Amino acid sequence: MKFVDEYRDTGLGRKLVERINRISTKPATMMEFCGGHTVAIMRHGIRQLFPSHIKLLSGPGCPVCVTAHHDLDQAIALVQTPGTIVTTFGDMMKVPGSESSLQQARADGADIRIVYSPHDSLEIARNNPRKLVVFLAVGFETTTPGVAATILEAERTKIENFCIKSLLKVCPPVIRALLNLGEVKLDGLICPGHVSAVIGSRPWEFIPEKYHIACAVTGFEPLDILLSIDRLVEQIEKGEPKVETTYTRGVRPEGNLRAQKLMEHVFEPCPAQWRGLGTVPASGLKPRAEYSSFDADIRIPVKVKAAVEPKGCLCGEILRGIKTPPDCGLFSIRCTPENPVGPCMVSSEGACAAYYQYGR
Amino acid sequence: MCLAVPVQVVAVEGDEAEVDAGGVRRRVSITLTPEVKVGQYVLLHTGYAINIIDEAEAKETLKLLEDMLRLDEASR
Repeated sequence: MKFVDEYRDTGLGRKLVERINRISTKPATMMEFCGGHTVAIMRHGIRQLFPSHIKLLSGPGCPVCVTAHHDLDQAIALVQTPGTIVTTFGDMMKVPGSESSLQQARADGADIRIVYSPHDSLEIARNNPRKLVVFLAVGFETTTPGVAATILEAERTKIENFCIKSLLKVCPPVIRALLNLGEVKLDGLICPGHVSAVIGSRPWEFIPEKYHIACAVTGFEPLDILLSIDRLVEQIEKGEPKVETTYTRGVRPEGNLRAQKLMEHVFEPCPAQWRGLGTVPASGLKPRAEYSSFDADIRIPVKVKAAVEPKGCLCGEILRGIKTPPDCGLFSIRCTPENPVGPCMVSSEGACAAYYQYGR
Repeated sequence: MCLAVPVQVVAVEGDEAEVDAGGVRRRVSITLTPEVKVGQYVLLHTGYAINIIDEAEAKETLKLLEDMLRLDEASR
């Protein structure tokens, strides 16, 4: 496949690994923020290619994994509200809340439909005029422009029985929050490629400037990832952190301005709860006042009890990069993809699921 | 979750396009990339083309990588 196979060349990959191992002398602890990168790194066995002073840690860049228990409980309460149909991405179905999951709620009779695109919700709304269709919007800046476009189309085509429960989040504030915690000492950061396709590479510039951490924005094929590690190692060796993009085919410094404009037109920043990190100011997005008829929190507010977190689950620590999945006592024993305890085992891009599938 | 795949645009019709996704034809929204032309590749995410793939940059990355490795070998 074009723009895929060229970046899987094993000959070039091998030479690149040799080069990285040759130029690297200093300890280099790097975090891949994005769950998609975690999966690619595990699938291609990239962690094992380097000596122990080059470390790769998984970060909080999995929208399903970082969804807080409280928000999940609200989503589950929402699907149990009579007269609603909830649409969502498949990854959300098995994530356990305090007492139940969307999958359990569906088995108990709730009308939940898995969609490929937020846009599919509009067709469901048209076909079910007496029901309120609520799209459970989970995602980062990659996903949000499509949700914004869906809301604008609902407005234009006068679909009134549609709204979203926004669990949408933005990435730069949470990276700042993670670095401010100071628990994990990073030398380099692999920045999310498809978030950057939308927001550009410039929003990461505060990381080398303020935290002196090397940054590489990269794609998801093995050569993309190896090239980003090479760039990070070189920056670390020179002691000159900056933002380098090794995914210039998909990421421009300014990003996709039209997508950003749509996003800003429909949504405004709000505080958001992140699993493991708590409430982070301005790290969430909700529909602006003029689009409040599309906001489930305003249209059908639900109340839930205080969330009950599963005992022994280390998802929070894993998302902060201070523990790895094998550190968790539940990993692969009580917590498996078939019977997940925490969300990092549910999402196909969760660190625990990736370690379970490729790393054991 | 932020998975996006490169697909080729084969036809454009208003704010939608028909794309070839590894042999499968699909209709996708190009409302985020209205300037896309037939023949170009886009990054497809949840039914939306979120960016146009820059073919020249794609080649440049590979060329830079090959040049860097060649230079590396020559200097050893």
